[in-house]
Formats: sequence, C-alpha cells, structure tokens
Amino acid sequence: MRRSRVAVAGLAALLAFGFAGCGDDNPGSGTASSGNAVTGPVTVFAAASLTESFTTIGERFERARPGTTVTFSFAGSSALATQINEGAPADVFASAAPTNMAAVTSAVSPTTFVRNQLVIAVAKGNPKGVTGLAGLTGADLKVALCAAAVPCGAAARTAIEAAGVKITPVTLEQDVKAALSKVKLGEVDAALVYRTDARAAAAEIDGIEFPESAQAMNDYPIAVLKEAPNPVAAQAFVDYVLAEGITVLTEAGFQAS
Amino acid sequence: MTLTERRTGTTARVPVPLLLPAVLGLIFLLLPLVGLLARTPWSTLPQRLAEPEVVAALRLSLLTSTLATLLCLAFGVPLAWLLARVEFPGRRVVRALITVPLVLPPVVGGIALLLALGRRGLVGSWLDSTFGITLPFTTAGVVVAEAFVALPFLVIAVEGALRGADTRYEEAASTLGATRWTAFTHVTLPLVAPGIAAGAVLCWARALGEFGATITFAGNFPGITQTMPLAVYQTMESGDLEGAVVLSLILLAVSVTILAALRDRWLTSS
Repeated sequence: MRRSRVAVAGLAALLAFGFAGCGDDNPGSGTASSGNAVTGPVTVFAAASLTESFTTIGERFERARPGTTVTFSFAGSSALATQINEGAPADVFASAAPTNMAAVTSAVSPTTFVRNQLVIAVAKGNPKGVTGLAGLTGADLKVALCAAAVPCGAAARTAIEAAGVKITPVTLEQDVKAALSKVKLGEVDAALVYRTDARAAAAEIDGIEFPESAQAMNDYPIAVLKEAPNPVAAQAFVDYVLAEGITVLTEAGFQAS
Repeated sequence: MTLTERRTGTTARVPVPLLLPAVLGLIFLLLPLVGLLARTPWSTLPQRLAEPEVVAALRLSLLTSTLATLLCLAFGVPLAWLLARVEFPGRRVVRALITVPLVLPPVVGGIALLLALGRRGLVGSWLDSTFGITLPFTTAGVVVAEAFVALPFLVIAVEGALRGADTRYEEAASTLGATRWTAFTHVTLPLVAPGIAAGAVLCWARALGEFGATITFAGNFPGITQTMPLAVYQTMESGDLEGAVVLSLILLAVSVTILAALRDRWLTSS
C-alpha cells in the first residue's frame, strides 16, 4: 500500500497533456475488472482526515479480499475533487464534505458514512490555557485554519461565526494535516482540526472541545466513480467501508451517521 | 572546399540526429504553454486582473522576489568571489554544499528552514526569545524562503563569470598598488558585471516562481505570504481551474515581460 499525494496529480497532468500514450498506465486492471471477481488494484482518493482510518481499513480489506491492492491518495477534499474532474484515474472518492462530493460530476450516488467535528489543537499541556474559540482572538496567539475551500476550513468558518468571535489566522492551510503539523512544529499556538486528527496525534498535541463545533458538523460522503478503472472492486471497497469499516472509523473518533 | 562553402555548411546541413531531438525538445517545452493559452478565458481576463486578491498576490510576488534578489546579491557575490579567487581548505566541499538547495526539493528546503529559523528552530528560538522576531507567516519569511532556493543560481553564475574573467587585470591593479578590495570594486566587478546581471535575473526568476519552500516555511495568507504561485495553487485546489489558468497567465506574462526588458538592456553584450 502506498500513499501518493503528488504523484497522482502529476499523472493527471500528464494525461491531460496527452502524454499517456507512451505506455500502458494500468497494467492488470483491464483483466482484473472483467467478470465479477473482486480482485486487482483499487485507487481511493480520500480526505486527509481519513488518513489513519482508511489506511487500516485498506489493510483489512486486502486481507479479506485476497488479490486486491488498495492505493490511497490523501489530500484536501477540494484538491482531490479537482484532480478527479481533470481525469485522475480514481475508483473511489471519500470526501470530508458533501460540497466537494457534489463538485465531482462522475460520483455515482454518494452515501454519507460518518460525521466529524472540530476541536482546537494546542501544544501538549495547553501552555496558553485555551478553553474555547473566544480564547483564540488575541493578537499574541497564532492560529492556523484550513483554507475556506477545504471542508475543515468551511467548518471552521461556520463554527467561528456561530461563536460570534473574530479570529485572524496567520495561515490558511491546504488540508487538515498541514494545519495540524503547524501545531506539532510549534509554529502556531492553535489550529482548528477534526477531533479524529487530534486523537490520532494525541501523543504530540491536546485537543480542546468547544460547544460551537456541534453547529459545524461535517458529513463524509463516499462514492464509486463513473470512470472507475475497476468498478467491481471499487464497489466492494465502498461496501466494506460502510459495513466493517465503521468500527475502525468510530474507534478513531468519527461518529456513525 | 572554399571558405564560403564551409561557412554556409555549418548552417545549412544540420544532421537529422541532432535536429529531430532538438525540435522535439522545443515542442516538449512549449506544449504545456500552448495548453495554458488554449484554455485561457480571454473575455474575463481584465476583470480577474482587477481583483484585489490578484493585485495583492502579484505585488507581493514582485516585492519579495526583488528583495530576495538583493539579499542574494549582497551575500552571493562575495561568496562567489571567495570560491573563485581564494584557495582555502575544503573549498570543493563548500562548492558542493552550495548546490544542495539546487537539488533539494523546495518543500524539503521549507521544512529545513522551519527547523532552523522557525519559532522552535535552532536559530529561530533564539531570534524569538532575544529579539522577538519570528519569520514564519511573515513577508520577511517569504523573502528568506525565496533567497534560500535562489541563492545557488546567483553564486554559480557569478562564480562562472569570475573564473572566465581574465585575472591579469586584477594582477596589474595589485602591481600598481591597489589593495585586493580596491581591485575587486574597480576592476573585478566591472569586468564581471554582465555575469552578475545574468545571475541576478536567473535568481529573480527562480524567486518569483518559488512555491514549495514558501508555502511550507511562510504559510499561506492573502496579502502577507500568498505569492502568485501560492494563489495559483489555492485557486486550482478550490476547483476554480479557469481562475488558476488566468493567474498562471498573468504570472507568465509579467515575468516574460520583465525578463525580456532586462535582456535588451543589460544582457545583449553577453
């Protein structure tokens, strides 16, 4: 199993410029998808916040369905949506918000599978004593948010508006993991990330719950894509996520929808 | 074979094994640009140009790349001189180290900058505690990131010019009683000025296009750290492909215009 954020985008760009004819890009997929056997490679584009859970689910799926290999590309949902619309060869798309799923024209009847909400990520031990969104308004406190186009950024905006406070971030990151890493590095004092990201990084940071996050819940939809190179295995993976996968996701801090 | 025949032969008979790959190489370089132009929404171009975020990003890009070039000139020219004119132990190692940022992926450069100059970094934590200076998420941080990736271009170009320059002029100056500093300012600098200009232009162009180190080290915030390449990336990421194409075209047009103008003015002699 490998994760490639950039490689897939690069491949998509090459395809767009017409260099794809140089070689066979997808060896095996042609034979793998013939018939109804669940086998061959499955390429899953998933929101950055699903990194840990989907990696685990992928490993279990490969064990449950011998002959399959799951390849993930984790990034901000908006970036993934753009790549899919530009022709990136993906089988499954799992987005952190319905808007980014709706932007993908080739998604076949998306299903909401989990929900997630925001927490405030701070350095271990909460040295600045942050207790809620109101504590992030000071000029001496550096805050990282996700860019508005990314689901975690959209949710952050909704939560901040619900709290009626004015927060001026120092940076707008391209996905939730990038925002989280700025806290881990100590470059910012706080970032709004998902509860699941905070839990996955609990060794390095603390996650502070705040009430307004309930008003900015994110629904996560998943769908097989119309141009999926391996539609049979793709559907099997989605079914696996909706059944066995939910346990992994709820253990990571997601809420079943 | 007469002289005229031989002279025309160099231009007329180009061997096919050279011509074919050369033309293919040219097409390979130009095709993506054609793709960009083919998808440009020309009608909305003027409106986009007037958007405050675009203006802010363009102004920030021009400001930071120019400042980064000045910074590179101030440190890079003396460094190039040292490498070209002074024998010291470990000179080859130093020369190899200077090219490291060239081969380093810019994102890695950004991480390295964070670990050195970030708030918790080796030097950064001292800067913060002593002077209250933090570079990440500031315009100064953008300049630092750009200078880091662009400096090797300047040093290599200037060192090449210095090595190619005739040292006898400098020797003559010192025989006539000039100190090494006077010889540098009055003889060496004017001699290699075209090389320095070429290096500065290369350095500026690299700084203008800088993306990875900037977004990693300086972050992304409109008006403060969001340069044009970052604005292009964010626009593309948010699904606005048309907007990203327009921004790319603006950046391309501005850099080509400036480079062409500089080339006519300074670089025609070289």
